[in-house]
Amino acid sequence: MITVLLFAQLQESTGKEKIEVEASNISVLELKEKLKTIYKLPQIDHVMTAVNEEYAFPDDILFSGDVVALIPPVSGG
Amino acid sequence: MDKVMFNIVDEPIQIEELIEKVTRREAGAITTFLGTVREWTKGRRTLYLEYQAYKPMAVKMLSQIGKEINEKWENTEVAITHRIGRLYISEVAVAIVVSSPHRKAAYEANEYAIERIKEIVPIWKKEHWEDGETWIGDQLEKVPYPHGELSVFAKEDLE
Repeated sequence: MITVLLFAQLQESTGKEKIEVEASNISVLELKEKLKTIYKLPQIDHVMTAVNEEYAFPDDILFSGDVVALIPPVSGG
Repeated sequence: MDKVMFNIVDEPIQIEELIEKVTRREAGAITTFLGTVREWTKGRRTLYLEYQAYKPMAVKMLSQIGKEINEKWENTEVAITHRIGRLYISEVAVAIVVSSPHRKAAYEANEYAIERIKEIVPIWKKEHWEDGETWIGDQLEKVPYPHGELSVFAKEDLE
């Protein structure tokens, strides 16, 4: 099980703060493709990903227990 | 006990307390930057802002910015607090304080900190306008994640 955290506009488009995905041994990119289809999130292509609170690359591999955060362009300050 | 130098809070930021965190005998300068809520943006009136953060990671990234500053400017101390939740006009959203023996480093490092916050710290603001609402992204008017990839480390690599 991979936990996906959603923020800002992604939280609003899905109506969820958190999604549990039954998967392991898939890449960040594969996970994003999966979420894009299921939740109809075309904007996910322009969203950064963090795995266990560190920024990750699209080809990083995810395992069960990982916490993935989808990070749309930030706007702090 | 270690002082909390990097923090995300729900309450108004205590500026004096933040300044105290970087005050020390070697310092000859302390710069303070306050990011405040602006009423007008390109002719549109803001009523209030709503900030959201991925808190644990935001704190980590703030502390990473602190480390970057310590590496770039010798003998600096940095403290940053960002507020989240609903903020009204003129309220302080972020406060950055930097102390250093001489003023130049304190000014430069402080500006560096706010630029980096806008690049890598997972905090988002939603504008509540008079006539609608929008999540704001890409404030630096460049595409930060062109293909959902890192520009996060790229900047350091270039410098």
